[in-house]
Amino acid sequence: MRKNGPLALAFNALVILFMLAPLLVVCVVAFTPENTLTLPTTEFSLRWFRAVFAHPDFMQSFWNSLWLGLASATLATLLAVPAGMAVTRYNFPGRGFLNGLFLSPLIIPHLVLGVALLRLFAVVGGGGSFGWLVFAHALIVTPYTLRLVVAALVGFDRSAEQAALSLGASQVQVFSRITLPMILPGVTGGWLLAFINSFDEVTMSIFVTSPSTVTLPVRMYMYATESIDPLMAAVSALMVAVTACAMILLDRVYGLDRVLVGR
Amino acid sequence: MNRTTPWWLSGPALVLFIVLLLVPLGLTAVLSFNAYDPVTGVKAGEFTLEHYAHVFTDDYYYGIFWRTFWISGLVTLICVAVGAPEAYILSRMGNPWRSVLLLVVLAPLLVSVVVRAFGWSMLLGPEGLVNGTLKLLGLGPIKMLYTEIAVVVALVHVMLPFMVIPVWTSLQKLDPGVENAALSLMASPFTTLRRIVLPQVMPGILSGSLIVFGLSASSFAIPGLLGGRRLKMVATVVYDEYLHELNWPLGAAIALILLVANLVVMLSYNRLVEGRYKKSLG
Repeated sequence: MRKNGPLALAFNALVILFMLAPLLVVCVVAFTPENTLTLPTTEFSLRWFRAVFAHPDFMQSFWNSLWLGLASATLATLLAVPAGMAVTRYNFPGRGFLNGLFLSPLIIPHLVLGVALLRLFAVVGGGGSFGWLVFAHALIVTPYTLRLVVAALVGFDRSAEQAALSLGASQVQVFSRITLPMILPGVTGGWLLAFINSFDEVTMSIFVTSPSTVTLPVRMYMYATESIDPLMAAVSALMVAVTACAMILLDRVYGLDRVLVGR
Repeated sequence: MNRTTPWWLSGPALVLFIVLLLVPLGLTAVLSFNAYDPVTGVKAGEFTLEHYAHVFTDDYYYGIFWRTFWISGLVTLICVAVGAPEAYILSRMGNPWRSVLLLVVLAPLLVSVVVRAFGWSMLLGPEGLVNGTLKLLGLGPIKMLYTEIAVVVALVHVMLPFMVIPVWTSLQKLDPGVENAALSLMASPFTTLRRIVLPQVMPGILSGSLIVFGLSASSFAIPGLLGGRRLKMVATVVYDEYLHELNWPLGAAIALILLVANLVVMLSYNRLVEGRYKKSLG
């Protein structure tokens, strides 16, 4: 295969710079000692990080987002594992419909989901509560989990299961001792991907959170429309840090390239 | 095997999707036909088509749909022009650069859009790095923040991975032997690219374009944070109708128009790409 020419490499460098620039700038400006959004020139300061930790609203939203991510990812995984087994292992009328329905949050704009849920909560009451929020987030992150579970189940050799069954193991034993351990990378990968997507979600959440359940991205969105100061940069840097940690974990248990490119 | 087993297995998820997806969408569809009075609010029993008529006839909404359409189209074109060559260049690199740089291009996908929008607002602001660089080059400051420029730049940043992924996937299926055969038969590198590589990655480019267009047209946080108060796109107008104007039926009508337009774009992928190419490429 031919090598890339210098022009191609220069183009590549520009694209990489373009992709990294906004994230780098956020993380560097977060360390500014100044009162305005300036690049730190003489010294690095942690004062804006201290300001974040002393800011009750941001801290409350951070914990909201963290618990919401953990709860909704767990719920989505609990739903997606049996649903994934249903759509991969059984041929039944309605299978295509179920598969399409479970993946549909990927192609329905989150804005539409947000207004639809707002309407639901107006009718049944209880809008903005943490419980409803967990279900709403589970809905939008289930497709991510389902895709990885299905991928794990499709390339699955069922002879070990059949051997266990023929040796007298019950269905439950087969699932917990054979099937689950074998699809575990897909399940944990799906859980982490679900957590990241729940933790980052803003468009739907902005419609369905109440003042006490505002998530971190929603709080940041509200804050950024009113004022822009280095506090925002520090919160953003912390967001990037949490996402990066989850990404590294995801890479360890499943492989980031497999999640992103699908192989 | 029992015939009801798959339904038991997918039952819990199905309940969630019925209660939080199908029912709310149905309620919203009903709401969009409900009459609305600015003083008393939504009239539950009265039905009207006026909200849809309003959206399709009012110049204000026409302008917003048109702006959303051309911004999404422009973002799609830029993503094709940048994302497809980038995927091709990356695919020809050797490891470890190939996988490291692919991750650098794709990983921002997992970082919250709010963070990325904020990053661009710093870069493109009047005192930002981009204007600073322009000043060094002797070019006057350009107003980018709160204009279409900032929205397009940030949307390209958000959407580029969605173009690189499908192009990369179709490049992986490419047999390098065919490319080498063309070169050994004295085809120029450009001819090889145009006649051998491009036709085979076209499905990837097409599916990437549809995804990018659909997601751009429904994007909310980017125009909300970088377009300012005056530069509205469809999603930010829906937000205004719901939370500022409190005209929910009108907001519901706009949201449903957006949903239908989006589904048409996304599902045409099956017809356009899979139907046409699956046969010819096997």
